[in-house]
Amino acid sequence: MSHEHRDDTGARFGMWLFLYTEVILFSGLFLLYGVAVTKYTDAYILASNKLNVWFGAVNTVVLLTSSLTIALAITAIQRNRIRTCINLCVVTIALAILFLINKYFEWSHEISLGIYPASETLLEMGPGVASFFNLYYFTAGLHGLHVLIGATLIGVVAVLVARGKVTSDRYVLLENSALYWHLVDLVWIFLFPLYYLII
Amino acid sequence: MTTTPLKSTGFYSESPRPGLLGWLLSTDHKRIGMLYLGCITTMFLVAVGLGLAIRLQLFAPGQHIMSAQTYNATFTVHGIIMIFLFIIPSIPAAFGNLLLPIQIGARDVSFPRINLLSWYFYISGAVLAVIAIFSGGGPPDTGWTFYVPFSTQTTTNVNLAVFAAFMLGFSSILTGINFVTTIHRLRAEGMTWGRLPLFVWTLYATAWIQVLATPMLGITLVLVMLERFFGAGLFDAASGGDPILFQHLFWIYSHPAVYIMILPAMGVISEIIPTFSRKPMFGYWAMAISSLAIAFAGSLVWAHHMYASGMSDFAILVFSLLTFIVAIPSAIKIFNWISTLYKGSIQLAPPMLFALAFILQFAIGGLGGLALGAAASDIHLHDTTFVVGHFHYTMFGGTGFAFFAALHYWLPKFTGRMYNQKTAVISWGLLFVGFNVTYMAMQAVGIQGMPRRYYDYLPEFHTLNMVATVGSWILALGLIVMFVNLFKSLRSGPVIGMNPWGGATLEWFVPSPPPMENFGEEDPVVTRGPYDYQGVTADEP
Repeated sequence: MSHEHRDDTGARFGMWLFLYTEVILFSGLFLLYGVAVTKYTDAYILASNKLNVWFGAVNTVVLLTSSLTIALAITAIQRNRIRTCINLCVVTIALAILFLINKYFEWSHEISLGIYPASETLLEMGPGVASFFNLYYFTAGLHGLHVLIGATLIGVVAVLVARGKVTSDRYVLLENSALYWHLVDLVWIFLFPLYYLII
Repeated sequence: MTTTPLKSTGFYSESPRPGLLGWLLSTDHKRIGMLYLGCITTMFLVAVGLGLAIRLQLFAPGQHIMSAQTYNATFTVHGIIMIFLFIIPSIPAAFGNLLLPIQIGARDVSFPRINLLSWYFYISGAVLAVIAIFSGGGPPDTGWTFYVPFSTQTTTNVNLAVFAAFMLGFSSILTGINFVTTIHRLRAEGMTWGRLPLFVWTLYATAWIQVLATPMLGITLVLVMLERFFGAGLFDAASGGDPILFQHLFWIYSHPAVYIMILPAMGVISEIIPTFSRKPMFGYWAMAISSLAIAFAGSLVWAHHMYASGMSDFAILVFSLLTFIVAIPSAIKIFNWISTLYKGSIQLAPPMLFALAFILQFAIGGLGGLALGAAASDIHLHDTTFVVGHFHYTMFGGTGFAFFAALHYWLPKFTGRMYNQKTAVISWGLLFVGFNVTYMAMQAVGIQGMPRRYYDYLPEFHTLNMVATVGSWILALGLIVMFVNLFKSLRSGPVIGMNPWGGATLEWFVPSPPPMENFGEEDPVVTRGPYDYQGVTADEP
């Protein structure tokens, strides 16, 4: 009865709209950041220096590389190189996991120093530093959740590629997942300087 | 007269799956629309019951039917259900789903499965909200606005209520994405932007607000939950946060949200007025663009809810000015409706009566909004029942009546049965009188200084509160008559043809109820505007 309806442009359009909503979601946290950094500028510089810039820098490189690999995966499927496409998806997922492992060590280190939301050590450091770390944990946490979702999404698409459901003339799902992944990357590109590089 | 039961006509008879599964797994926009309509109406009636209980408690000073704590919970749950489960999805999710694809000549929305998913988010949110009332530390008592610091400290079941609102927000976003994409991608051949029915234009503007503003509510509610679970401290002054920022974030969504509520209602009115005036809409483009202008300007006025929060006078000035600017496109709409009526061949059918009541009540509500938008008078009126009255004038007298108008205008289209029009007029009369008595009295007592959200009051406010409560009974009677009448039409109403009202938009040129995929084998080709009534007549009754 229902004849097949297919609209790749529409699907991409919808994805872009969804990405807007993600931007707004994060923008709430960026707004809070903007207000707090104006109010507690000195404390924010002090707190930022407590973060290890190397953890952040490595993660930035990791995510940028993963954006490249997922973009290459699209080129691969366009050229009908299924094996390469799947491999590139797997590499992207591996980089996502690397990012999360890195994050895990970074957070463990800070938590071992007693720095986490509502901890006594943090409250003793004063409202400015406390506000910095609260925002840092929740913004980075929300971002980490997005990394997890994005990696899962790419995993699902990789399976679909392997099963022949996503093909060289029907790959909008891979494109949309890649768009999502680029957004995850992009959010981090804003997070990194805002939290690690304030001088 | 009629022998064929409803379920063997139109899209009700065509489904790949039988029975209940045919509904729960259907991706047909009409079935999803009917699911929404059923749930939304149920939720509305529940919240009406709570509202009547509030009015009963306020009948006279002192404690009558509920304690102060119960009263707080009652107005909170009334607000949460009415806002998140009724008004926001009412017209866009129910009538938007039913009509949008047909009005633009499409077979369905762009993402039918996501459309179904959005209904599941809606129903999950509804179930969670109901669970929140009966579990945990008792029903939430924060008011629907969840203001911190109270919402982060109260022991009542705020977590679940907030999570329910978060789910409903997600549902709203998905509907928004779907509608914007559908309007861009699936218009039929010949359905140019200039031929879109104005209802579609308002849905378009609404969908953009849903997409752009709702995530802000999402993050705000997430932060309230984090604050409660982990002591996140982002809104807590002791750990460097700021409670006022909650109000900003909350209203950055929740003020545009009132335009999510009112814009589709304006769209409904813009469909009904020309049909029953037998005249094309006066100022089509002004109407279309004013919808977008309201959506845009309405996104920049959030802090007018916060004049009493201690923000700077300069900020108050700016937000006051911006608030006044929103009145311009709103007034354009009212003038254009009235110009359409002018010298029209007006038929006072039930949908038209509801639409006319909308214009009057929305105008009163809108003008009251200016009294609140002006900083000087707002300081006097802030947190009084005038605000509550104003809000109900726009949301109930406006959107609520537009919802009733839409029910009387379009429900026959989707059931194929006509209700008793005389009874409908009686219910309209009761609703109109009951509504105005209730909320005019509420506004008046607010000007005298009665604070909102108080379960007890001084004796000098007694008379007007009594009047408001009596008004609420007339209103309730009107609702009973209206819903019984509509419900009876489903079983025993006379069968109608394609076009009972003489409408010129596409939905009136498909059978009632429409078949699966709306247009049969061939895609429609549109050759005329939505309000071109030449040669279009209503079916003989």
